[in-house]
Amino acid sequence: MSVDTATVAKIAALARIKVSEAELEAMVPELNGILAWVEQLGEVDVTGIEPMTAVIENHLRLRDDVIDADPLTGGGVRDKVLANAPAREDGFFGVPKVIE
Amino acid sequence: MTDLTELGVAAIRDGVAKGDFTAVEVAEAFNANVAAAQTALNAFIVATPELAVEAAKATDARRAAGQPLGKMGGVPIGMKDLFATKGVQTTAASHILEGFTPEYESTVSQKLWDAGAGMLGKLNLDQFAMGSSNETSYFGNVISPWRRSDGGNAALAPGGSSGGSSTAVAARLAPAATGTDTGGSIRQPAAFTGISGIKPTYGRCSRWGIVAFASSLDQAGPMARDVRDCAIMLEAMAGYDPKDATSLNLPVPEWEAGLSADMKGKKVGIPREYRMDGMDADVAASWDRGIEWLKDAGAEIVEISLPHTKYALPAYYIIAPAEASSNLARYDGVRYGLRDLPDGAGLQDMYAATRAAGFGAEVKRRILIGTYVLSAGFYDAYYTQAQKVRTLISHDFKNAFTQCDVILAPTAPTAAFGLGEKTDDPLSMYLNDVFAVPASLAGLPAMSVPAGLNREGLPLGLQIVGKPFDEQGVLNAGLAIESRAQFSAKPDKWW
Repeated sequence: MSVDTATVAKIAALARIKVSEAELEAMVPELNGILAWVEQLGEVDVTGIEPMTAVIENHLRLRDDVIDADPLTGGGVRDKVLANAPAREDGFFGVPKVIE
Repeated sequence: MTDLTELGVAAIRDGVAKGDFTAVEVAEAFNANVAAAQTALNAFIVATPELAVEAAKATDARRAAGQPLGKMGGVPIGMKDLFATKGVQTTAASHILEGFTPEYESTVSQKLWDAGAGMLGKLNLDQFAMGSSNETSYFGNVISPWRRSDGGNAALAPGGSSGGSSTAVAARLAPAATGTDTGGSIRQPAAFTGISGIKPTYGRCSRWGIVAFASSLDQAGPMARDVRDCAIMLEAMAGYDPKDATSLNLPVPEWEAGLSADMKGKKVGIPREYRMDGMDADVAASWDRGIEWLKDAGAEIVEISLPHTKYALPAYYIIAPAEASSNLARYDGVRYGLRDLPDGAGLQDMYAATRAAGFGAEVKRRILIGTYVLSAGFYDAYYTQAQKVRTLISHDFKNAFTQCDVILAPTAPTAAFGLGEKTDDPLSMYLNDVFAVPASLAGLPAMSVPAGLNREGLPLGLQIVGKPFDEQGVLNAGLAIESRAQFSAKPDKWW
């Protein structure tokens, strides 16, 4: 499979990365080079093989149902959460107007 | 008086404990080296000499009070700038996180401070740990302290992504540094700069507070001058953390106390698929020497087969970008980091403009590849197929470990290359991790130790891969090689 300019433009839009026409033109052959190379995986016989979900066997655990048991991941830290925000107002993240 | 910056982790820890010198003297000596090398080597993004001295003062005070000093007591270290450090800028070497100052400390860095270590600064790296030469950092290339013996002054790659870490340790700017390894990012830079580094079993070190690249592969580990120093530092870094869902709930072994270079009764596997056509002659010769050293240490050598080796890299370059495209979706110009808001732009335009301005070319390339392979209609052909191949690669190792205890292979296909030599061709850069990636895909512990110099006077590394949870076996084989290789070369100081 290979990609054309329109496909790369669509992927970039999905990934929310603005790209110029010139960048698009440069990316098409680069991405096609990489995709052609990974294509060789298709020759591997994977009949009856499950896709890997965990490299080291481990069970997913649940934390105890206790509020703020670990202060590092607990709540009540609004100002810390907002501390690095590029724009903040009245205890909220600031963003451009979304709804007219 | 001894040059304190020639000492490693064990020597500093023991010297401080005995009172041969103070922790503050050590911190100040390394701080001076960091400052003197910054312009030439660019190993650090931010230096924190005051934090190194502050931690050292605390160690000296504990010693004066007769209190225990900790596993890393009095040892100043470099921290890869992928670990969140409270109050100190954490960038992942990206523009999009420039100025980001975490309100919390990563688990691994906190454990190191709790063990008595101090921070010399935040080390440069490939942007979001994506690269094998430290040429994708927004904050400029790291320059290896090594130069070819041909008399030329060509600037060489320190390896990547932990290139600031490898340069800092090799150039005596730090006795040790943290690294992270997703597809060779501890081992390859260690090999390029003549130092040691170990990536433990996936899950040994908590990922909490480490900027995520590919979560099913990312593992932290130490980079230091020798095997013992790696064992000490790994003990301080490892351990169960409920805040990381994939953290292993296992006790941390006493790896330093368990060190032994005696390989009697151990079997060392030599994977035939790693002996590739056109292999670099010096790399092949160093591998052969490594085999002889391990035989000399009492090991039995067995040939093994890892039949899916050639598919590891292409599988990696689907899985890692897929995970990266998902992980890096969080950089949106809203919660932290850069915001690019063109005049009159709406929310979607702001996302796209912010990410265009904030990510470098290699990061964008990987996000796009990842987005493509996860997109509707292509997911099974690419991502599911790659995860099936990953299962087969893991099976290969399981089968091999029925015949051997550890595997010996080169760390990288060549010695360090020159800056700019591979930047035009992403694929040739990716191929540099051909020997490192299989162990990453299988989550196995793996380390690189220096094995000698090539004909150009540049270091070569040998890699040992072990069974899950058997860091001890890996460290011990590394020690057996180290004690025979007697690697003492260091770069001539030109910076």
